[in-house]
Amino acid sequence: MFDSLSEKLESVFKKLRGQGVMTEDNIKEALREVRLALLEADVNFKVVKDFVESVRVKAVGTEVVQSLTPGQQVIKIVHDELVAVMGGNEDNGLNLSAKPPVAIMMVGLQGAGKTTTCGKLGRHLKNQKRRPLLVPADVYRPAAIEQLTTVGRQLGLEVFNSSADQKPVDICSAAMRFAELNGFDTVILDTAGRHQIDDFLMNELAEIKAAVLPLEILFVADAMTGQEAVNVAGGFNERLDITGVVLTKLDGDAKGGAALSVRAVTGKPVKFVGLGEKLDALEVFHADRLVSRILGMGDVLTLVEKA
Amino acid sequence: KKTKDGLVGRIDALVLGKKEIDADTLEELEEILITSDIGVKTTVELIRSLEQRLGRNELKDGEALRAALKADILARLNAHHSVLDTDARHPFVLLVIGVNGVGKTTTIGKLASRFTGKGKRVLLAAADTFRAAAAEQLEAWGERSGVDVVRHKEGADPSAVVFDACKAAVARQVDILIVDTAGRLHTKVNLMEEMKKIHRVIGREIPGAPHETLLVLDAATGQNAVSQARLFKEAAGVTGIALTKLDGTAKGGIVVAVSHEFGLPVRYIGVGEAIDDLRDFNPQEFTDALFQA
Ligand SMILES: Nc1nc2c(ncn2[C@@H]2O[C@H](COP(=O)(O)OP(=O)(O)OP(=O)(O)O)[C@@H](O)[C@H]2O)c(=O)[nH]1
Ligand SMILES: Nc1nc2c(ncn2[C@@H]2O[C@H](COP(=O)(O)OP(=O)(O)OP(=O)(O)O)[C@@H](O)[C@H]2O)c(=O)[nH]1
Ligand SMILES: [Mg+2]
Ligand SMILES: [Mg+2]
Repeated sequence: MFDSLSEKLESVFKKLRGQGVMTEDNIKEALREVRLALLEADVNFKVVKDFVESVRVKAVGTEVVQSLTPGQQVIKIVHDELVAVMGGNEDNGLNLSAKPPVAIMMVGLQGAGKTTTCGKLGRHLKNQKRRPLLVPADVYRPAAIEQLTTVGRQLGLEVFNSSADQKPVDICSAAMRFAELNGFDTVILDTAGRHQIDDFLMNELAEIKAAVLPLEILFVADAMTGQEAVNVAGGFNERLDITGVVLTKLDGDAKGGAALSVRAVTGKPVKFVGLGEKLDALEVFHADRLVSRILGMGDVLTLVEKA
Repeated sequence: KKTKDGLVGRIDALVLGKKEIDADTLEELEEILITSDIGVKTTVELIRSLEQRLGRNELKDGEALRAALKADILARLNAHHSVLDTDARHPFVLLVIGVNGVGKTTTIGKLASRFTGKGKRVLLAAADTFRAAAAEQLEAWGERSGVDVVRHKEGADPSAVVFDACKAAVARQVDILIVDTAGRLHTKVNLMEEMKKIHRVIGREIPGAPHETLLVLDAATGQNAVSQARLFKEAAGVTGIALTKLDGTAKGGIVVAVSHEFGLPVRYIGVGEAIDDLRDFNPQEFTDALFQA
């Protein structure tokens, strides 16, 4: 629908070719394009504002490199800044180093992809020679327990036996004891989807956290989320102090700008991305890939890297 | 805090105390609309219309600006608004589609209850044969309102389920057949082909069906909903929208764009996970909520 940001910037700067330095004046229009591109990619408007300001500060006074057009130069600054905001190339691995069994807890809105991601993570950990136990602690959604049980069966992973008339916190505590007695080193807790403003259900998560002391609390976020991402992630983080984010459904055409909002508001790293419904469609997060996607650039990026 | 973030709060902050509305104000307004998930294209159109009125000196102050904007948005929703009438056909076939996890199965569970509550005989078809325990989920919903579910084994051909369900609907003379489909991203060609086939099979078994193809959208979705609507409409001739999860903090502003751009009525809204958490869409109430701080 929209030309890529790089194309837009090229046309913005057409008239400026030959100018040696970026000035307040000559990047104004370019920054407007940057702002719009980020908003179109679903990055939260406050996050965009702060970000554009930091790009402005970086850009003004910068000399235009010979090998780049001013548009490419702005793209490079934007790209590098975005990668930095997303945590650069920090290590996004799971923290599982404690006396086993260690617990990983999945939390998030309804339908974000928690249950599916439990299975994907279980598979991922099994491949790393760990012994994960999947724990269905969603007693609300019809057939949620059956869903995780089926996923476990498909993967050859053990699923803790729970039923919908139990309290989620009791299920989780019992699962930890079961894991300890039966030699499982990692316990993956699937919780029901909920809104961050639902006090009763948010309390329930806090109770589970207090009872099992999970090393990882992963906030599962749908890549198609819009401006709401800030409120939701902020709410979950405030209440639970999450340790990381899983960005799901990136196999579609959503730009995934919500990830930027989530990162900005929580300061927590995106650890994994979900790239499909199949249980092997999980990848470790790469900041630069997401940034290229948000900016809608492929060729320009390689061009920029050469400079 | 919430007040400041709301559309109204932001517009008020913008125009409060300003005697005149200038181009800068409109530019900021543009950003506010975009960030309410109303969509870039619709925002540009709304701003253009405000600019024209501004040029004609129709908008004297912030209050007038706000009223004009609200009226514009409401007009867009009203233009395509219509309530779903399931009485015209027999059986009335309702096909429910959408991307993963938006609330298709839940909405069907709620619809089954609503229709049986009106004395209709309802049958459900579990044409999501892919997702783990999808049929069990639909069956659990069916039980809640005493409605039968036609299902096959996991991994079966969804068109075969639909074929059987259509036959059963006719044989049992039900009033409404609701078909649940697997969540699929609109960009996946093979899955969209599968959905077209489901659509074709329904039409072959029951001429003129499906009578309603309901696209389910999640209120928390941003700009991507436009792409969803475009591709689902191209593939399956969407005739209505259900907007779910409005009980959270998401306002679902993107339906303003989707409804207007594709001429689609919003039929229902989902306001919770319980069986009676389904409402008829009301443009006025929705617009009011959109503007509520
Ligand atoms: N295309 C795609 N679909 C996904 C991905 N992750 C999950 N899904 C699908 O999204 C839908 C919802 O996934 P679930 O795992 O049930 O989500 P959940 O968060 O557990 O949902 P609730 O328990 O109802 O809150 C299902 O159709 C999944 O197959 C992904 O990375 N890509
Ligand atoms: N709060 C709230 N939750 C909802 C609403 N509608 C659906 N949900 C929840 O959203 C999650 C996903 O709902 P489903 O009905 O399974 O969604 P689906 O589109 O059938 O999902 P797939 O078949 O996996 O693509 C479940 O946890 C539902 O309880 C709603 O209006 N409000
Ligand atoms: Mg789940
Ligand atoms: Mg479903």
